[in-house]
Amino acid sequence: MKRDADTHRIFSRRALLLGGAQAVLMTGLAARMYYLQVIESEQYKLLADENRINLRLLPPPRGRVLDRHGVELANNQQNYRVVLIAEQADSVAQTLDALAELIPIDRYERAKVLREVKRRRSFVPVTVAENLTWEEFARVNVNAPDLPGIQPEIGETRAYPHGPTMAHVIGYVGAVSEKDLTGDPLLELPGFRVGKSGVERTREEYLRGKAGVSRVEVNAFGRVIRELNRREGQPGEDLKLSLDAELQIYMMKLLADESASAVVMDVHSGNVLGLASTPGFDPQSFNIGLTQQAWSDLTSDPRNPLLNKAIAGQYPPGSTFKMMVAIAALEAGVVSPEQKIFCSGHVELGNQRFHCWKRNGHGNMALVDAIEQSCDVYFYDIAKRVGIDRISETARLFGLGAETGIEIPAERKGLMPTRAWKKGRTGEAWQQGETLVAGIGQGFVLTTPLQLAVMAARIANGGFAVKPRLILDTQEDGAPRVEPERLPIGRVPLQLVAEGMRRVSNVPTGTAFRARIKNSAMALAGKTGTSQVRRITLAERETGVLRNDQLPWAERDHALFVAFAPTAAPRYAVSVVVEHGGSGSATAAPIARDILIKIQEIERAGRGPQVGGNTSPPEDRG
Amino acid sequence: MALVDDRRNDMTFLQKVRNTNWFLIILIFLTAGFGIAMLYSVAGGKMDPWASRQAVRFAVGASLMLFVAFVDIRVWLRMAYPLYALGLVLLLIVEVMGEVGMGAQRWLDLGFFNLQPSEIMKIALVLALARYFHGLTAEDVQRFRWLVVPLLMVAAPAGLVLVEPDLGTAILLIMGAGALFFAAGVLWWKFALVFIGVLGSIPFVWERLHLYQRERVLTLFNPERDPLGAGYQIMQSKIALGSGGLWGKGYLLGTQSHLNFLPEKHSDFIFTTLGEEFGLVGGMILLGLYTAILMYGFAVAFRARSQFGRLLATGVTSTFFLYIFINIAMVMGIIPVVGVPLPLISWGGSAMVSILIGFGLVLSVYIHRDIPIPRRPGLDPT
Repeated sequence: MKRDADTHRIFSRRALLLGGAQAVLMTGLAARMYYLQVIESEQYKLLADENRINLRLLPPPRGRVLDRHGVELANNQQNYRVVLIAEQADSVAQTLDALAELIPIDRYERAKVLREVKRRRSFVPVTVAENLTWEEFARVNVNAPDLPGIQPEIGETRAYPHGPTMAHVIGYVGAVSEKDLTGDPLLELPGFRVGKSGVERTREEYLRGKAGVSRVEVNAFGRVIRELNRREGQPGEDLKLSLDAELQIYMMKLLADESASAVVMDVHSGNVLGLASTPGFDPQSFNIGLTQQAWSDLTSDPRNPLLNKAIAGQYPPGSTFKMMVAIAALEAGVVSPEQKIFCSGHVELGNQRFHCWKRNGHGNMALVDAIEQSCDVYFYDIAKRVGIDRISETARLFGLGAETGIEIPAERKGLMPTRAWKKGRTGEAWQQGETLVAGIGQGFVLTTPLQLAVMAARIANGGFAVKPRLILDTQEDGAPRVEPERLPIGRVPLQLVAEGMRRVSNVPTGTAFRARIKNSAMALAGKTGTSQVRRITLAERETGVLRNDQLPWAERDHALFVAFAPTAAPRYAVSVVVEHGGSGSATAAPIARDILIKIQEIERAGRGPQVGGNTSPPEDRG
Repeated sequence: MALVDDRRNDMTFLQKVRNTNWFLIILIFLTAGFGIAMLYSVAGGKMDPWASRQAVRFAVGASLMLFVAFVDIRVWLRMAYPLYALGLVLLLIVEVMGEVGMGAQRWLDLGFFNLQPSEIMKIALVLALARYFHGLTAEDVQRFRWLVVPLLMVAAPAGLVLVEPDLGTAILLIMGAGALFFAAGVLWWKFALVFIGVLGSIPFVWERLHLYQRERVLTLFNPERDPLGAGYQIMQSKIALGSGGLWGKGYLLGTQSHLNFLPEKHSDFIFTTLGEEFGLVGGMILLGLYTAILMYGFAVAFRARSQFGRLLATGVTSTFFLYIFINIAMVMGIIPVVGVPLPLISWGGSAMVSILIGFGLVLSVYIHRDIPIPRRPGLDPT
């Protein structure tokens, strides 16, 4: 029994040790539990919430774009679509069969849906059909009880009711690209659209609005269990433009068959009422996504539909530049208004001969006559006297050679050359012959149609540095408009060129007499321009200069016209540039005339530019 | 050693009922009830699919426990080796069938019940070792030659379970047996020797393993073999526990478990749901219940007059402790993930039944605590 007592004694000791060890380890577990659940608890609570709570962004509706009368130029249209939630369908294939009897689903789409369904988790909605008509959508809705898993939805897509006619001004929206990311989480939302050009781009933030947030509880698979709370976002603001939709559509129609552009602006306020560039393009197609074919069609078209020619097309202004030369010469005092210069049809400079467009010459010309008949020799002469630097300086005062600052992207500067510019650019000295060429708006001189309209406006309003603007009454631009500054130009030179322009289209010898407005209350004052895009060789000049219709399209002259109306109290300035359109008087002037008639008719019909406000001219103008 | 007339010690049913440790039974019922409540919660507040079936299994297991408790302790002594042999044979059958093409299968389909031989072995090994050490004197235990047989008795089932592969059960078998060796009085330095020997042989054994075998061993330690996978389990488990805080999120309100962030929330990781919904307080209550059960187990061992009874109660209690410790330490990220359920709580029939049978044996030791058993029962005239 002693031995048994031994085993008992040993057992008791060992069992106590064993129990003690277990007690220590249990205490260890308790300590660890305390550490996790009390000391580290806050951190884990945070992690648990991070697990469980997802923030869903609620995209705000994009602001509309309106014309000056409130006509919608860009809006959001309800996009009727149908989505499929696989887990709610008994059989995806059967549901699709049933759906196909209500709306057209081709084999390709069907295969795509089935593929998507397989790839995604069963509770993720897969889009089956988009952009349904209301009838189709209603049909799906009525039959929804028999279509398990099918959910009709109404989304929003950007729409442009006037299609291609506004595309260059409004721009378009497209999928967010890497360089669009600014940190706004909205931009990372799949399917979100941002402005890619036009005011859609420059006023992107204004139109976009602020995202709302919905906090939802999700499970480990990402399925939303319930919404915890929601903060509504702020819808994008509506953007009101100075554009007149009716005029814009009319202008696009006038230019439809050409590669051309035209700008109409209020000479006092600078409000741009029409800004057309043809050919247009369908802005909607960029939203939906262009096909490869459509994209290459757009980019390979020689008439370049994607270019906004009104602000980014740079053309030699031709004879429309002569007002600048005239003002520069009068201001410099190198010619008096009455001084007559004899035009024999050409002038000699060194061993070069510079021709007038009228082979036999105009005879004696004073300044107003020279503008009226667009006498080249007269302007060769006064350009030579005043010099290129003063011409360019004057032209800059009238808005040429610099960005006008209009609220759409990709504006070009044009070019007003100076001696220093040429030296810096080519290293060669300025040639006097180049001054002569510049005197008739050729050579290095480049302008955009918008700049030409600004020039016409500043002549018409009596020398106020009016700036073109497209956007009315925006909050971010809410500061009161500054009155345009008066240009450091005498009143007499301005009145003289204005008179010259009036005679261009109001006296029988004027170059645009045929494009006059017969109603004297609406009469226009203008200036034709025909700018050469090729060099006329001596040989050709001897055999007779080829007519435009004998030339291939790309070698024909650009046709230009700048104008304002009515002559009595100028209100509207217009510029028209038709690429390779032939002569300014035959092609561009009638277009400008029609546009000016149209805008004045619109005004008479009672929807004048008063809408834009702040258009009453000071007493001493015009 | 005098021969003892066993019948003199036979007890009537009523004596047994009176002798039963009802408080231990109540503790076990409370713990299991806690478990069923948790299974109700992880199913999203539903009896199906786990809680109701677990309740039925517990009822079956508890009946078995009482039956085992009322069977005379000497019967269990006699049954110890046959049960061990049966367990070993079943393990072999499972292993062979697994090799023949059923994959890594751990159970035998008996039609109405899937029998896991490894679960039988957890009890049978404790029984067999208790019986073996019961027959040794204090001096015998200190001699190495008497340890060869019990070491083989451990090695055989542990090896079979390890190749299944089921690291969790193998650890439970080896460490449970170790506790029993220790309580029986095996010298300290021998444990040290085994420990050093095991550590020293790891690189050697590793060298000799085939690549696929190494993969298999690595898989044991890291069930997903994918850092994201295993890391994810432990991370989510810690988040669930930690976010529970002191008082928990409330019954049925655990976000981690109800939103499915927790893996294995009904089986090996059920403690995390408990910790999330009932907080530190709930976890401590469960640990308290467990500790009370463990203390009763040791108390039973101390009260038993026979070495067999003492070792049996110690072995079962220590195995129970190992379940608790390995599982909770695992879900709290102290030790690597091994497949060990939380006893009486986790979903799973075989483990529940084997644990309850184990406690049946502990109760039997208590009921028959005053029956002396001679060192060589084979010589008894029964």
